[in-house]
Amino acid sequence: MTDTHTMVDDARALDSSLHIGGVEFVSRLIVGTGKYLTNQIMIDAIRASGAEMVTVAVRRVDLDRTKEEAILHHLDPNEFFLLANTAGCYTAEDAIRYARLARAAGFNEFVKLEVIGDERTLLPDVYATLEAARTLSDEGFKVMAYTNDDLITALRLEDAGCVAVMPLASPIGSGLGVVNPYFIREIKNRLEVPVIVDAGVGTASDACVTMEQGVDGVLMNTALAAADDPVRMSHAMKHAIIAGRLAYLAGRMPSREIAVPSSPMTGMLD
Amino acid sequence: MTQETTMEIQLNGKLHSFDRAHTVASLLEALDLQPGMVVVELNREILERGSYDASEVSHGDTIELVHFVGGG
Repeated sequence: MTDTHTMVDDARALDSSLHIGGVEFVSRLIVGTGKYLTNQIMIDAIRASGAEMVTVAVRRVDLDRTKEEAILHHLDPNEFFLLANTAGCYTAEDAIRYARLARAAGFNEFVKLEVIGDERTLLPDVYATLEAARTLSDEGFKVMAYTNDDLITALRLEDAGCVAVMPLASPIGSGLGVVNPYFIREIKNRLEVPVIVDAGVGTASDACVTMEQGVDGVLMNTALAAADDPVRMSHAMKHAIIAGRLAYLAGRMPSREIAVPSSPMTGMLD
Repeated sequence: MTQETTMEIQLNGKLHSFDRAHTVASLLEALDLQPGMVVVELNREILERGSYDASEVSHGDTIELVHFVGGG
């Protein structure tokens, strides 16, 4: 067993597992499968991240191409928990259609609900998201809803029956990190369902700071896929998530504007 | 003399012609697609996997064949 594995196992003994919609996960990192240069790099990166839940998108089969794009040729559904998304949908109706198609693939009832409201920022249309969340929850879906870092929307999504609420750290693919840690903390404090920060994490320190806010997990894709070395970054993210989580559980020291000596002031020589 | 039968369907957004009648199952086979790897939507209705043999494809139908691809 390598030192890395020992570290992770030690960390697991100090933390509880994550429960989403009745399913237990040890890893608090959820990763996407998009934008990797090759499928092999994707698989190696996902394995290095230690993530158990991975997101996939629903798209038309490309009938003109002989190249096999289907991700299930590369990703074993027995090894990973597949979370289908509704990425690319701009209306509640479309998102519901994509969710139903994803469920018909027969893996699980979970869906990462995403209804985009603006092309430039990819910010969510929270009204359409809420509408779709209600319909899908009524249909028995376990909805994990991507949303803004807005408390009221998060509360409404929880009321709508979502099994997890997923506020953004910053815009999708931006790598800007958590732009509003206060709102993320407040959302976490007020919701009972798991809060997963989805989108905006750029590097390991961002993931660590995000977890230090007390959230239940982080979902990322571009930070891994667009790194120069995705596999190495996935290792880094695994440790950053654990580090941030344990730091949160440990409770940080108060910060002060003036120095306080660490060594005794007494017993000094004359 | 009978005219050659052609069936035209809207398949993943494009018009496709077939020279014989198809069920969804035989269509997938003709397209070299594994039934377990795709989800079929026929005229906006999602088909259950077990119904592909019994589902006839008719001239003018709209079919969407989708699958999972990489995404975040």
